[in-house]
Amino acid sequence: MTINTDGLSAQQIAQAVTDGKLSALDATEAALARIAKHDSVLNSFTDVTADRARAKARAVDAAIAAGQKVGPLAGVPFAVKNLFDVKGLSTRAGSKINRDLAPSPRDATLIERMEAQGAVLVGALNMGEYAYDFTGENVHDGPSRNPHDTTRMTGGSSGGSGSAVGGGLVPIALGSDTNGSIRVPSSFCGIFGLKPTYGRLSRARSFPFVASFDHLGPFARNVGDLARAYDAMQGPDADDAACTTRPVEPITPLLVEGIDGLRVAVAGGYFQRNVFPEAVEAVARVAKALNATKTVEIPEAARARAAAYVITTTEGASLHLDRLRKRPNDFDPAVRDRLIAGAMVPAPLVDRAQKFRRWYRAKVLELFRSVDVIIAPATPCIAPKLGQVNFVLDGVELPVRANIGIHTQPISFIGLPVVAVPIPLVPMPIGVQIIAAPWREDIALRVAHALERAGVATAPLPRGL
Amino acid sequence: MAADHLDGYIDAVSKALALPVEEAWRPAVRANLEVSLRLARLVDEFPLPDETEPASVYTA
Repeated sequence: MTINTDGLSAQQIAQAVTDGKLSALDATEAALARIAKHDSVLNSFTDVTADRARAKARAVDAAIAAGQKVGPLAGVPFAVKNLFDVKGLSTRAGSKINRDLAPSPRDATLIERMEAQGAVLVGALNMGEYAYDFTGENVHDGPSRNPHDTTRMTGGSSGGSGSAVGGGLVPIALGSDTNGSIRVPSSFCGIFGLKPTYGRLSRARSFPFVASFDHLGPFARNVGDLARAYDAMQGPDADDAACTTRPVEPITPLLVEGIDGLRVAVAGGYFQRNVFPEAVEAVARVAKALNATKTVEIPEAARARAAAYVITTTEGASLHLDRLRKRPNDFDPAVRDRLIAGAMVPAPLVDRAQKFRRWYRAKVLELFRSVDVIIAPATPCIAPKLGQVNFVLDGVELPVRANIGIHTQPISFIGLPVVAVPIPLVPMPIGVQIIAAPWREDIALRVAHALERAGVATAPLPRGL
Repeated sequence: MAADHLDGYIDAVSKALALPVEEAWRPAVRANLEVSLRLARLVDEFPLPDETEPASVYTA
Protein backbone atom coordinates (compact mmCIF):
# COMPACT_ATOMS: atom_id res chain seq x y z
CA MET A 1 0.00 0.00 0.00
CA THR A 2 1.32 3.42 -0.90
CA ILE A 3 1.06 6.16 1.71
CA ASN A 4 -0.46 9.44 0.56
CA THR A 5 2.31 11.95 1.24
CA ASP A 6 0.25 15.08 0.48
CA GLY A 7 0.59 17.36 3.47
CA LEU A 8 3.01 15.09 5.33
CA SER A 9 5.93 16.69 7.07
CA ALA A 10 9.52 15.93 6.16
CA GLN A 11 9.87 14.09 9.43
CA GLN A 12 6.85 11.88 8.67
CA ILE A 13 8.11 11.10 5.18
CA ALA A 14 11.62 10.29 6.40
CA GLN A 15 10.26 8.07 9.18
CA ALA A 16 8.02 6.17 6.75
CA VAL A 17 10.89 5.75 4.29
CA THR A 18 13.32 4.64 6.97
CA ASP A 19 10.77 2.17 8.37
CA GLY A 20 10.19 0.68 4.92
CA LYS A 21 6.54 1.79 4.84
CA LEU A 22 7.12 4.18 1.94
CA SER A 23 9.76 4.14 -0.75
CA ALA A 24 11.78 7.25 -1.46
CA LEU A 25 10.80 6.80 -5.08
CA ASP A 26 7.09 6.91 -4.24
CA ALA A 27 7.63 10.01 -2.10
CA THR A 28 9.47 11.60 -5.01
CA GLU A 29 6.83 10.63 -7.56
CA ALA A 30 4.17 12.12 -5.32
CA ALA A 31 6.04 15.41 -5.13
CA LEU A 32 6.51 15.45 -8.90
CA ALA A 33 2.79 14.78 -9.31
CA ARG A 34 1.90 17.66 -6.97
CA ILE A 35 4.17 19.96 -8.94
CA ALA A 36 2.59 18.84 -12.22
CA LYS A 37 -0.89 19.37 -10.82
CA HIS A 38 -0.51 22.72 -9.09
CA ASP A 39 2.50 24.57 -10.43
CA SER A 40 0.87 25.79 -13.62
CA VAL A 41 -0.98 28.13 -11.24
CA LEU A 42 1.59 28.70 -8.48
CA ASN A 43 4.51 29.16 -10.92
CA SER A 44 6.96 28.35 -8.15
CA PHE A 45 9.28 26.08 -10.15
CA THR A 46 11.52 27.15 -13.02
CA ASP A 47 13.20 23.73 -13.34
CA VAL A 48 11.92 20.30 -12.35
CA THR A 49 14.81 17.86 -12.05
CA ALA A 50 12.71 14.72 -12.33
CA ASP A 51 15.35 12.35 -13.72
CA ARG A 52 17.89 13.34 -11.14
CA ALA A 53 15.31 13.09 -8.37
CA ARG A 54 14.26 9.58 -9.38
CA ALA A 55 17.89 8.47 -9.53
CA LYS A 56 18.58 9.87 -6.07
CA ALA A 57 15.40 8.33 -4.67
CA ARG A 58 16.34 4.91 -6.07
CA ALA A 59 19.76 5.26 -4.46
CA VAL A 60 18.13 5.98 -1.08
CA ASP A 61 15.85 2.96 -1.48
CA ALA A 62 18.81 0.78 -2.47
CA ALA A 63 20.75 1.93 0.59
CA ILE A 64 17.85 1.01 2.87
CA ALA A 65 17.46 -2.35 1.15
CA ALA A 66 21.15 -3.00 1.72
CA GLY A 67 20.78 -2.23 5.40
CA GLN A 68 22.84 0.92 5.20
CA LYS A 69 22.22 3.89 7.45
CA VAL A 70 20.29 6.69 5.77
CA GLY A 71 20.00 10.22 7.09
CA PRO A 72 17.16 11.94 8.92
CA LEU A 73 15.90 13.39 5.64
CA ALA A 74 15.65 10.06 3.81
CA GLY A 75 13.39 10.40 0.79
CA VAL A 76 12.32 13.96 1.64
CA PRO A 77 11.69 16.01 -1.52
CA PHE A 78 13.08 19.53 -1.47
CA ALA A 79 13.72 22.36 -3.91
CA VAL A 80 16.02 25.37 -4.04
CA LYS A 81 15.78 28.98 -5.13
CA ASN A 82 17.33 29.16 -8.58
CA LEU A 83 20.39 31.05 -7.37
CA PHE A 84 21.76 27.78 -5.93
CA ASP A 85 24.08 25.93 -8.29
CA VAL A 86 22.44 22.71 -9.42
CA LYS A 87 24.77 20.42 -11.34
CA GLY A 88 23.82 20.52 -15.01
CA LEU A 89 21.73 23.71 -14.83
CA SER A 90 22.74 27.28 -15.52
CA THR A 91 22.32 29.27 -12.30
CA ARG A 92 19.88 31.88 -13.55
CA ALA A 93 19.33 33.77 -10.27
CA GLY A 94 16.02 35.00 -11.63
CA SER A 95 17.68 36.68 -14.58
CA LYS A 96 17.62 36.40 -18.35
CA ILE A 97 21.35 37.10 -18.62
CA ASN A 98 22.55 34.20 -16.47
CA ARG A 99 20.74 31.67 -18.64
CA ASP A 100 23.75 32.02 -20.95
CA LEU A 101 26.09 30.73 -18.25
CA ALA A 102 27.57 27.27 -18.64
CA PRO A 103 25.75 24.54 -16.72
CA SER A 104 27.03 24.25 -13.16
CA PRO A 105 29.62 21.50 -12.73
CA ARG A 106 28.71 20.88 -9.09
CA ASP A 107 25.85 21.41 -6.64
CA ALA A 108 25.88 24.16 -4.02
CA THR A 109 27.28 23.03 -0.68
CA LEU A 110 23.86 23.15 0.99
CA ILE A 111 22.32 20.86 -1.66
CA GLU A 112 25.16 18.40 -1.15
CA ARG A 113 24.58 18.46 2.60
CA MET A 114 20.81 17.98 2.28
CA GLU A 115 21.30 15.07 -0.09
CA ALA A 116 23.97 13.56 2.15
CA GLN A 117 21.19 13.19 4.74
CA GLY A 118 18.91 11.47 2.24
CA ALA A 119 16.89 14.40 0.88
CA VAL A 120 15.93 14.40 -2.80
CA LEU A 121 16.25 17.56 -4.90
CA VAL A 122 13.24 17.90 -7.22
CA GLY A 123 13.90 21.28 -8.79
CA ALA A 124 14.84 24.95 -8.80
CA LEU A 125 12.49 27.75 -7.81
CA ASN A 126 11.36 31.08 -9.16
CA MET A 127 12.76 34.27 -7.62
CA GLY A 128 13.01 38.01 -8.12
CA GLU A 129 15.75 39.02 -10.54
CA TYR A 130 19.17 38.77 -8.94
CA ALA A 131 17.43 38.73 -5.54
CA TYR A 132 16.93 42.51 -5.63
CA ASP A 133 13.25 42.16 -4.84
CA PHE A 134 10.64 41.87 -2.08
CA THR A 135 7.62 40.92 -4.24
CA GLY A 136 8.28 37.52 -5.84
CA GLU A 137 7.43 39.02 -9.22
CA ASN A 138 9.74 38.27 -12.16
CA VAL A 139 9.50 39.85 -15.62
CA HIS A 140 11.19 36.88 -17.30
CA ASP A 141 9.48 33.92 -15.62
CA GLY A 142 6.26 35.51 -14.43
CA PRO A 143 5.34 35.97 -10.77
CA SER A 144 5.30 33.15 -8.27
CA ARG A 145 1.79 33.10 -6.82
CA ASN A 146 0.61 33.03 -3.24
CA PRO A 147 -0.94 29.64 -2.43
CA HIS A 148 -3.50 31.25 -0.09
CA ASP A 149 -4.72 33.63 -2.81
CA THR A 150 -3.18 33.35 -6.25
CA THR A 151 -4.00 36.97 -7.06
CA ARG A 152 -1.53 38.02 -4.37
CA MET A 153 2.25 38.26 -4.12
CA THR A 154 4.35 35.54 -2.54
CA GLY A 155 6.85 38.09 -1.36
CA GLY A 156 10.43 37.91 -2.42
CA SER A 157 12.92 37.46 -3.45
CA SER A 158 12.59 33.75 -2.54
CA GLY A 159 9.05 33.78 -3.91
CA GLY A 160 9.08 30.31 -5.44
CA SER A 161 10.36 28.89 -2.16
CA GLY A 162 7.45 30.45 -0.29
CA SER A 163 4.92 29.28 -2.83
CA ALA A 164 6.25 25.72 -3.15
CA VAL A 165 6.30 25.10 0.60
CA GLY A 166 3.17 27.11 1.38
CA GLY A 167 1.35 25.23 -1.35
CA GLY A 168 2.54 21.86 -0.07
CA LEU A 169 4.43 20.89 -3.22
CA VAL A 170 7.53 20.11 -1.16
CA PRO A 171 7.94 20.04 2.63
CA ILE A 172 11.27 21.90 2.57
CA ALA A 173 12.77 24.56 0.31
CA LEU A 174 15.94 26.59 0.51
CA GLY A 175 16.22 30.28 -0.17
CA SER A 176 18.42 33.29 0.44
CA ASP A 177 17.91 36.34 2.62
CA THR A 178 19.94 39.52 2.11
CA ASN A 179 17.45 42.04 3.48
CA GLY A 180 14.42 39.86 4.18
CA SER A 181 14.08 37.44 1.28
CA ILE A 182 13.38 34.41 3.49
CA ARG A 183 11.32 36.21 6.11
CA VAL A 184 9.09 38.16 3.71
CA PRO A 185 7.88 35.13 1.66
CA SER A 186 7.47 33.20 4.91
CA SER A 187 5.19 35.96 6.16
CA PHE A 188 3.13 36.33 3.00
CA CYS A 189 2.84 32.57 2.31
CA GLY A 190 2.17 31.58 5.92
CA ILE A 191 5.13 29.28 6.58
CA PHE A 192 8.16 29.02 8.84
CA GLY A 193 11.49 30.37 7.63
CA LEU A 194 14.92 30.48 9.24
CA LYS A 195 17.47 33.14 8.47
CA PRO A 196 20.44 31.92 10.47
CA THR A 197 23.26 34.02 11.88
CA TYR A 198 25.39 35.63 9.16
CA GLY A 199 28.14 33.14 8.36
CA ARG A 200 26.38 30.13 9.88
CA LEU A 201 25.47 28.30 6.65
CA SER A 202 27.78 28.07 3.67
CA ARG A 203 26.90 30.11 0.61
CA ALA A 204 29.40 28.27 -1.57
CA ARG A 205 28.23 27.82 -5.14
CA SER A 206 25.24 30.10 -4.84
CA PHE A 207 24.91 33.26 -6.92
CA PRO A 208 25.66 36.26 -4.67
CA PHE A 209 23.94 39.60 -4.29
CA VAL A 210 25.40 41.59 -1.37
CA ALA A 211 28.35 39.79 0.19
CA SER A 212 28.02 41.77 3.44
CA PHE A 213 24.46 40.54 4.04
CA ASP A 214 23.84 37.36 2.04
CA HIS A 215 22.48 34.44 4.06
CA LEU A 216 21.01 31.10 2.98
CA GLY A 217 18.38 29.19 4.94
CA PRO A 218 15.41 26.82 4.93
CA PHE A 219 11.61 27.12 4.73
CA ALA A 220 9.19 24.51 6.10
CA ARG A 221 5.63 24.10 7.35
CA ASN A 222 6.66 23.13 10.86
CA VAL A 223 9.55 23.88 13.20
CA GLY A 224 10.78 20.31 13.44
CA ASP A 225 11.36 20.18 9.68
CA LEU A 226 13.01 23.58 9.75
CA ALA A 227 15.41 22.42 12.46
CA ARG A 228 16.20 19.14 10.68
CA ALA A 229 17.06 20.94 7.47
CA TYR A 230 19.16 23.47 9.36
CA ASP A 231 21.02 20.74 11.23
CA ALA A 232 21.72 18.90 7.99
CA MET A 233 23.31 22.01 6.46
CA GLN A 234 25.52 23.27 9.29
CA GLY A 235 29.30 23.05 9.29
CA PRO A 236 32.40 24.92 8.20
CA ASP A 237 33.13 25.34 4.50
CA ALA A 238 36.38 26.76 3.17
CA ASP A 239 34.60 27.60 -0.07
CA ASP A 240 32.71 30.46 1.62
CA ALA A 241 35.01 33.13 3.07
CA ALA A 242 32.34 34.24 5.55
CA CYS A 243 31.37 30.77 6.77
CA THR A 244 32.04 30.18 10.44
CA THR A 245 34.47 27.59 11.72
CA ARG A 246 32.23 26.91 14.71
CA PRO A 247 31.38 23.26 15.13
CA VAL A 248 27.97 21.91 14.19
CA GLU A 249 25.46 22.69 16.94
CA PRO A 250 22.44 20.41 16.37
CA ILE A 251 19.18 22.06 17.34
CA THR A 252 16.59 19.36 16.76
CA PRO A 253 17.20 17.59 20.09
CA LEU A 254 16.88 20.93 21.91
CA LEU A 255 13.43 21.90 20.64
CA VAL A 256 11.68 20.07 23.45
CA GLU A 257 13.56 22.04 26.09
CA GLY A 258 10.84 24.67 26.03
CA ILE A 259 11.20 28.33 26.83
CA ASP A 260 11.12 28.48 30.62
CA GLY A 261 13.45 31.20 31.82
CA LEU A 262 13.83 32.92 28.48
CA ARG A 263 13.41 36.68 28.62
CA VAL A 264 11.21 37.85 25.75
CA ALA A 265 10.58 41.47 24.74
CA VAL A 266 8.64 43.20 22.01
CA ALA A 267 10.49 45.58 19.70
CA GLY A 268 9.09 49.06 20.21
CA GLY A 269 9.38 52.39 18.44
CA TYR A 270 10.35 51.93 14.80
CA PHE A 271 8.90 48.41 14.75
CA GLN A 272 5.50 49.62 15.94
CA ARG A 273 5.21 52.36 13.35
CA ASN A 274 4.14 51.94 9.71
CA VAL A 275 2.29 48.70 10.33
CA PHE A 276 -1.15 47.55 9.30
CA PRO A 277 -3.56 46.19 11.92
CA GLU A 278 -2.82 42.60 10.88
CA ALA A 279 0.84 42.96 11.81
CA VAL A 280 -0.12 44.54 15.14
CA GLU A 281 -2.53 41.66 15.84
CA ALA A 282 0.07 39.02 14.93
CA VAL A 283 2.72 40.49 17.22
CA ALA A 284 0.16 40.84 20.01
CA ARG A 285 -0.79 37.16 19.74
CA VAL A 286 2.85 36.11 19.95
CA ALA A 287 3.57 38.49 22.83
CA LYS A 288 0.60 37.16 24.76
CA ALA A 289 1.55 33.54 24.18
CA LEU A 290 5.09 34.22 25.36
CA ASN A 291 3.97 36.43 28.23
CA ALA A 292 6.15 39.20 26.85
CA THR A 293 5.24 42.37 28.66
CA LYS A 294 8.50 44.22 28.22
CA THR A 295 9.25 46.48 25.27
CA VAL A 296 12.77 47.22 24.07
CA GLU A 297 13.84 49.99 21.75
CA ILE A 298 16.29 48.87 19.08
CA PRO A 299 18.35 52.04 18.77
CA GLU A 300 18.54 53.86 15.45
CA ALA A 301 16.64 51.17 13.57
CA ALA A 302 15.57 53.60 10.83
CA ARG A 303 19.19 54.55 10.25
CA ALA A 304 20.13 50.88 10.23
CA ARG A 305 17.59 50.26 7.51
CA ALA A 306 19.01 53.24 5.59
CA ALA A 307 22.55 51.93 5.90
CA ALA A 308 21.45 48.48 4.78
CA TYR A 309 19.84 50.08 1.74
CA VAL A 310 23.02 51.97 0.84
CA ILE A 311 25.31 48.95 1.22
CA THR A 312 22.87 46.79 -0.73
CA THR A 313 22.54 49.10 -3.69
CA THR A 314 26.28 49.74 -3.95
CA GLU A 315 27.52 46.18 -3.46
CA GLY A 316 24.81 45.01 -5.85
CA ALA A 317 25.94 47.58 -8.39
CA SER A 318 29.55 46.47 -8.02
CA LEU A 319 28.53 42.86 -8.61
CA HIS A 320 26.64 43.67 -11.79
CA LEU A 321 28.70 46.54 -13.17
CA ASP A 322 29.96 44.71 -16.23
CA ARG A 323 26.54 43.26 -17.04
CA LEU A 324 25.06 46.76 -16.72
CA ARG A 325 27.58 47.96 -19.31
CA LYS A 326 27.19 45.10 -21.75
CA ARG A 327 23.60 43.92 -21.46
CA PRO A 328 21.53 46.66 -19.82
CA ASN A 329 18.47 45.86 -21.90
CA ASP A 330 18.39 42.27 -20.70
CA PHE A 331 17.75 43.28 -17.07
CA ASP A 332 14.35 43.85 -15.54
CA PRO A 333 14.30 47.64 -16.11
CA ALA A 334 13.37 48.32 -12.48
CA VAL A 335 16.33 46.29 -11.24
CA ARG A 336 18.68 47.84 -13.79
CA ASP A 337 17.74 51.39 -12.84
CA ARG A 338 18.23 50.69 -9.12
CA LEU A 339 21.62 49.13 -9.78
CA ILE A 340 22.80 51.98 -12.03
CA ALA A 341 21.85 54.44 -9.31
CA GLY A 342 23.70 52.26 -6.80
CA ALA A 343 26.87 52.53 -8.88
CA MET A 344 26.71 56.29 -8.46
CA VAL A 345 26.65 56.49 -4.66
CA PRO A 346 29.93 58.06 -3.49
CA ALA A 347 32.32 55.68 -1.73
CA PRO A 348 32.62 57.65 1.55
CA LEU A 349 28.91 57.20 2.14
CA VAL A 350 29.25 53.44 1.81
CA ASP A 351 32.16 53.42 4.24
CA ARG A 352 30.07 55.47 6.67
CA ALA A 353 27.32 52.88 6.40
CA GLN A 354 29.76 50.06 7.22
CA LYS A 355 31.07 52.05 10.20
CA PHE A 356 27.56 52.72 11.38
CA ARG A 357 26.93 49.00 11.10
CA ARG A 358 29.73 48.38 13.62
CA TRP A 359 28.25 50.93 16.04
CA TYR A 360 24.72 49.58 15.66
CA ARG A 361 25.85 45.98 16.19
CA ALA A 362 27.44 46.90 19.52
CA LYS A 363 24.29 48.70 20.68
CA VAL A 364 21.96 45.86 19.74
CA LEU A 365 24.23 43.27 21.36
CA GLU A 366 23.94 45.29 24.58
CA LEU A 367 20.19 44.70 24.47
CA PHE A 368 20.78 40.97 24.49
CA ARG A 369 22.30 41.26 27.96
CA SER A 370 18.83 41.85 29.35
CA VAL A 371 16.67 39.88 26.89
CA ASP A 372 17.04 36.58 25.05
CA VAL A 373 14.44 37.11 22.35
CA ILE A 374 13.01 40.14 20.58
CA ILE A 375 9.77 39.86 18.64
CA ALA A 376 8.88 42.15 15.74
CA PRO A 377 6.68 42.13 12.66
CA ALA A 378 8.10 40.28 9.65
CA THR A 379 6.20 42.47 7.23
CA PRO A 380 4.08 45.58 7.78
CA CYS A 381 1.18 44.05 5.85
CA ILE A 382 -0.34 40.84 4.51
CA ALA A 383 0.54 39.89 0.92
CA PRO A 384 -0.37 42.73 -1.46
CA LYS A 385 -2.06 42.05 -4.77
CA LEU A 386 0.24 41.12 -7.66
CA GLY A 387 1.29 44.27 -9.44
CA GLN A 388 0.19 46.50 -6.58
CA VAL A 389 2.34 49.64 -6.55
CA ASN A 390 1.19 51.59 -3.48
CA PHE A 391 -0.67 51.06 -0.24
CA VAL A 392 -2.25 53.59 2.08
CA LEU A 393 -1.13 53.53 5.69
CA ASP A 394 -2.32 56.03 8.27
CA GLY A 395 -3.66 58.12 5.40
CA VAL A 396 -0.32 58.25 3.62
CA GLU A 397 0.23 56.59 0.24
CA LEU A 398 3.49 54.60 0.29
CA PRO A 399 5.26 52.50 -2.34
CA VAL A 400 4.79 48.78 -1.72
CA ARG A 401 8.19 47.56 -2.92
CA ALA A 402 10.22 49.94 -0.80
CA ASN A 403 8.25 49.29 2.37
CA ILE A 404 7.77 45.52 2.47
CA GLY A 405 11.19 44.98 4.07
CA ILE A 406 11.33 47.85 6.52
CA HIS A 407 11.17 45.53 9.54
CA THR A 408 13.51 42.83 8.25
CA GLN A 409 16.35 45.06 7.02
CA PRO A 410 17.52 46.40 10.42
CA ILE A 411 17.88 42.80 11.65
CA SER A 412 19.76 41.13 8.79
CA PHE A 413 21.92 44.27 8.65
CA ILE A 414 23.86 42.82 11.60
CA GLY A 415 23.27 39.17 10.83
CA LEU A 416 21.06 38.21 13.78
CA PRO A 417 19.34 34.80 13.59
CA VAL A 418 15.60 34.99 13.05
CA VAL A 419 12.78 32.50 12.72
CA ALA A 420 9.78 33.92 10.89
CA VAL A 421 6.68 32.25 12.35
CA PRO A 422 3.32 32.24 10.55
CA ILE A 423 0.27 33.58 12.34
CA PRO A 424 -2.80 32.19 10.57
CA LEU A 425 -4.99 35.26 10.38
CA VAL A 426 -8.03 35.15 8.09
CA PRO A 427 -8.13 35.56 5.15
CA MET A 428 -4.36 35.86 4.83
CA PRO A 429 -1.53 34.80 7.16
CA ILE A 430 1.25 37.11 8.29
CA GLY A 431 4.60 36.45 9.94
CA VAL A 432 6.36 37.54 13.11
CA GLN A 433 10.12 37.65 13.56
CA ILE A 434 11.58 35.74 16.51
CA ILE A 435 15.00 37.38 16.85
CA ALA A 436 17.87 36.06 18.96
CA ALA A 437 21.49 37.00 19.66
CA PRO A 438 24.18 35.87 17.18
CA TRP A 439 24.68 32.09 17.08
CA ARG A 440 21.56 31.46 19.18
CA GLU A 441 19.40 29.88 16.50
CA ASP A 442 18.58 27.34 19.19
CA ILE A 443 16.70 29.97 21.18
CA ALA A 444 14.77 31.33 18.20
CA LEU A 445 13.79 27.81 17.13
CA ARG A 446 12.77 26.77 20.64
CA VAL A 447 10.50 29.80 20.89
CA ALA A 448 9.04 29.06 17.46
CA HIS A 449 8.44 25.48 18.53
CA ALA A 450 6.67 26.63 21.70
CA LEU A 451 4.43 28.92 19.65
CA GLU A 452 3.65 26.04 17.31
CA ARG A 453 2.80 23.73 20.20
CA ALA A 454 0.52 26.41 21.64
CA GLY A 455 -1.30 26.63 18.32
CA VAL A 456 -0.37 30.29 17.89
CA ALA A 457 1.97 29.77 14.92
CA THR A 458 0.80 27.24 12.35
CA ALA A 459 1.08 26.71 8.62
CA PRO A 460 -2.07 24.96 7.47
CA LEU A 461 -2.30 24.02 3.81
CA PRO A 462 -4.52 26.36 1.82
CA ARG A 463 -7.84 24.95 0.61
CA GLY A 464 -7.58 22.94 -2.59
CA LEU A 465 -3.91 22.05 -2.06
CA MET B 1 23.53 66.87 -3.21
CA ALA B 2 20.42 68.70 -4.41
CA ALA B 3 18.16 66.78 -6.77
CA ASP B 4 18.45 69.41 -9.51
CA HIS B 5 22.20 68.87 -9.61
CA LEU B 6 21.86 65.15 -10.12
CA ASP B 7 21.55 65.16 -13.89
CA GLY B 8 25.02 66.58 -14.34
CA TYR B 9 26.36 64.19 -11.72
CA ILE B 10 24.71 61.22 -13.45
CA ASP B 11 26.27 62.26 -16.76
CA ALA B 12 29.73 62.58 -15.18
CA VAL B 13 29.64 59.26 -13.33
CA SER B 14 28.13 57.53 -16.34
CA LYS B 15 31.15 58.66 -18.37
CA ALA B 16 33.68 57.90 -15.65
CA LEU B 17 32.38 54.35 -15.18
CA ALA B 18 31.56 53.76 -18.87
CA LEU B 19 28.07 52.96 -17.67
CA PRO B 20 25.31 53.64 -20.20
CA VAL B 21 22.28 55.65 -19.06
CA GLU B 22 19.78 56.04 -21.87
CA GLU B 23 17.52 59.07 -21.72
CA ALA B 24 14.47 56.85 -21.19
CA TRP B 25 16.03 55.40 -18.05
CA ARG B 26 17.19 58.69 -16.60
CA PRO B 27 14.07 59.59 -14.58
CA ALA B 28 14.10 56.22 -12.82
CA VAL B 29 17.86 56.29 -12.26
CA ARG B 30 17.58 59.80 -10.85
CA ALA B 31 14.66 58.84 -8.62
CA ASN B 32 16.56 55.85 -7.28
CA LEU B 33 19.68 57.90 -6.74
CA GLU B 34 17.66 60.49 -4.84
CA VAL B 35 16.39 57.77 -2.51
CA SER B 36 19.88 56.29 -2.05
CA LEU B 37 21.41 59.68 -1.28
CA ARG B 38 18.58 60.62 1.07
CA LEU B 39 19.10 57.42 3.03
CA ALA B 40 22.88 57.77 2.87
CA ARG B 41 22.50 61.27 4.30
CA LEU B 42 20.61 59.80 7.25
CA VAL B 43 23.65 57.67 7.99
CA ASP B 44 26.14 60.40 7.15
CA GLU B 45 24.68 62.84 9.67
CA PHE B 46 25.03 60.36 12.53
CA PRO B 47 28.17 61.23 14.50
CA LEU B 48 30.61 58.36 14.94
CA PRO B 49 33.98 58.30 16.74
CA ASP B 50 36.98 58.55 14.40
CA GLU B 51 38.18 55.19 15.65
CA THR B 52 35.09 53.31 14.47
CA GLU B 53 36.06 50.34 12.33
CA PRO B 54 33.92 49.48 9.33
CA ALA B 55 32.05 46.20 9.70
CA SER B 56 33.34 44.69 6.46
CA VAL B 57 34.46 41.11 6.93
CA TYR B 58 38.16 40.41 6.51
CA THR B 59 40.50 38.11 8.36
CA ALA B 60 44.18 38.06 7.52
